[in-house]
Amino acid sequence: MTKGEKKDLLKGILFTSPWLVGLSIFVIYPVVASFYYSFCYYSVLQPPRFIGLLNYRDLFTDPIFWKSLWNTAYFVIFMIPLGFVTSLSLAMLLNTKVRGMAFYRMIFFIPSLVPMVAGSLLWMWIFNGEYGLLNSFLVKIGIPNPPNWLMDVNFAKPAIIIMSLWGLGQTIVIYLAGLQDVPVTLIEAADLDGASWFDKLWNITIPMISPVIYFNIIMGIIGSFQIFAQAYIMTNGGPQRSTTFYALYLYQTAFEDFRMGYASAMAWILFVIILLLTMLVQRISKEKVYYHGG
Amino acid sequence: MKKLVVLIFAAILAFQSAGCANKGENLDTVKVVYWEKWTGFEADAMQAVIDLFNSRKFTNKDGKVIHVEMSVVSELDRRLLTAAAGGNPPDVAGVWTWLVTAYAEKGALTCIDDYLREANITEDSYLPVFWEICRYKGKMWGLPSTPGSAALHWNKRLFREAGLDPNTPPRTIQELDIMAEKLTLVKLPGQDSPISFYELKSRTNYKDQLAQGRIIQMGFLPSEPGWWPWSWGYWFGGKLWDGKGTVTTDEPGNIKAYEWVRSYSEKFGVDNIKKFSSSFGVFSSPQNAFLSSKVAMIVQGVWMYNFIDKYAAGMDWAAAPFPSDEGRLKDVAYVEADVLVMPRGAKHPAEAFKFISFVNTQEAMELLCEGQVKFTPLKNVSEGFYARNKNPYIRVFRSLAESPNAFITPKMIIWQEYQREMSFAYELVRDLKAAPKDALAEVKKVMQRRLERELKMAERAEGKK
Repeated sequence: MTKGEKKDLLKGILFTSPWLVGLSIFVIYPVVASFYYSFCYYSVLQPPRFIGLLNYRDLFTDPIFWKSLWNTAYFVIFMIPLGFVTSLSLAMLLNTKVRGMAFYRMIFFIPSLVPMVAGSLLWMWIFNGEYGLLNSFLVKIGIPNPPNWLMDVNFAKPAIIIMSLWGLGQTIVIYLAGLQDVPVTLIEAADLDGASWFDKLWNITIPMISPVIYFNIIMGIIGSFQIFAQAYIMTNGGPQRSTTFYALYLYQTAFEDFRMGYASAMAWILFVIILLLTMLVQRISKEKVYYHGG
Repeated sequence: MKKLVVLIFAAILAFQSAGCANKGENLDTVKVVYWEKWTGFEADAMQAVIDLFNSRKFTNKDGKVIHVEMSVVSELDRRLLTAAAGGNPPDVAGVWTWLVTAYAEKGALTCIDDYLREANITEDSYLPVFWEICRYKGKMWGLPSTPGSAALHWNKRLFREAGLDPNTPPRTIQELDIMAEKLTLVKLPGQDSPISFYELKSRTNYKDQLAQGRIIQMGFLPSEPGWWPWSWGYWFGGKLWDGKGTVTTDEPGNIKAYEWVRSYSEKFGVDNIKKFSSSFGVFSSPQNAFLSSKVAMIVQGVWMYNFIDKYAAGMDWAAAPFPSDEGRLKDVAYVEADVLVMPRGAKHPAEAFKFISFVNTQEAMELLCEGQVKFTPLKNVSEGFYARNKNPYIRVFRSLAESPNAFITPKMIIWQEYQREMSFAYELVRDLKAAPKDALAEVKKVMQRRLERELKMAERAEGKK
């Protein structure tokens, strides 16, 4: 390296230093520290004490850990396909040429701008068993005894899934952008060949937007595994722990019970789960995702 | 190049020192930072005490004037955790009862024994329960600010409408149950006026009728407001642990209490109760179950008066000790207090203690408790304090705090977990998903293991010291 190059490097580092410092202090250090703490008895108030794999061993016999993992898996299993179908169908509807489309697009995007806390409080009233909007609608369409959503063990999780579908605006916009990139020439060619609506969807649209689907599914998996705020505000994990999601239990152990080491171990297990799932999706995507022009 | 580096470092340094400088602190004053968890009128009452303290211009041993500054901090327990871990806690914090145990155990509080000796403050000045709240492992970790005790509140109008004497509260749990039946109103389909559950239950097919009808008022609900589902055992002679190392969730008193909880679900129906409870608004609103006259009797703290005053000003109500099982125990009540503590690592402990001890003078304490409409934790009460206090039943709450059957939050290092586990068991029992005995046995199993683990860890930490 010449003197000039060294100087340039130093300048470069200096100019990126605000970001570098931020990344090291607020991301790299906490990540490394939490990995170490996951092998410690650590209450935050006292110095950490190394205990080897004890936290991990305790976790595997902790019924609430398994319960929370199941609750979260349930959420992910339903949320990802439902979210995919809902947001893609809405994006396709919003991609048609109808008058006032800008208005409709805005309508569907607005919910994702509502802060989570406000949205949760609003949905608590929508789900209210006695006076809720949802149940009065269900009664009107002929369901005499609709569930008491957030108070019912069997319906609290579905309720949170329904609420989450409401906030899909961002995903819809990304799909919409993808759909607008689908070459019209291909669709026209298929039209000439007499392809049906479904043929076009299955053979042109979906392959053409597959990178967008891939992106949204990965982001969806990561986001769904971290579900927290809705349950924290609406149900605080109840009834009977049916909405004690992984992140909520992690939060309780870390900040209510002062078991930061245990919570760190939970966080790393979650990381491994998400990592494995992402790798799985990536492997599938190798065959199925088509990058045109790429 | 060098210049640039120097410039940036200078900028960083300037930025840092600006951030760290204590505003308001100069050569002649010492600033004591106080974190308060209350907002609204409760915070105003504390501010009045602080203003009084500041106006007296107390000095420390260097002759500097002590100046207290209050910050209202939301989610104080969590913020305090991070502030303490970061080595920059406030000088004084007003915390919940349970936090004293959790923090003292982890060595995050300053023991105030020496300060107390120096200031000649002894337990003789306090009602025993409040001194006990501040003590852990034989040492003192703070002093109380405002206290609270919980009592039965009842709606006199609803009593009258149900044909009950509005001035006679139940003396036993069994009496309470019968009154609750008389006060519970059910609207049956096709009928204009509601019928009391007491009347309804004499019919042969009353369960079907109840399911078809709708509960529109209840006499009592163990789940309303449901803040202390772990506590019911105390009214049945139960205890949650032995004070050392054994979890006693499966004591007969606790089981009997949860059987009593279950009896409400069996009697009125899980779904009927849930449907009815859906109509309650949030606690701090006119739609509160008690304030909107939907539930006639509740267990609530001395603070309930403030909510009645704010949201249901004309309400005709009264308060008395919540009755015990067959009336065997007298004046059983949950008692707690806000505690003023000094987090370890704070900059001005001596000055902080000066402020804490000032709050604990009769003059300041009564100013504070009058402002928050509570009683005082001090033994001596000045003439006219009760007359000035706006809560007409303030003496009831005070006498509950004096009762030998008053109980406080168990001083367990795993209390938060235990409490959550008890709530879980409570929900299972309430929803008829588990027998009280089994649910409580499960809590004992899980919590005993957790307690032993934590005690072992604590022991090892002691050994290391």
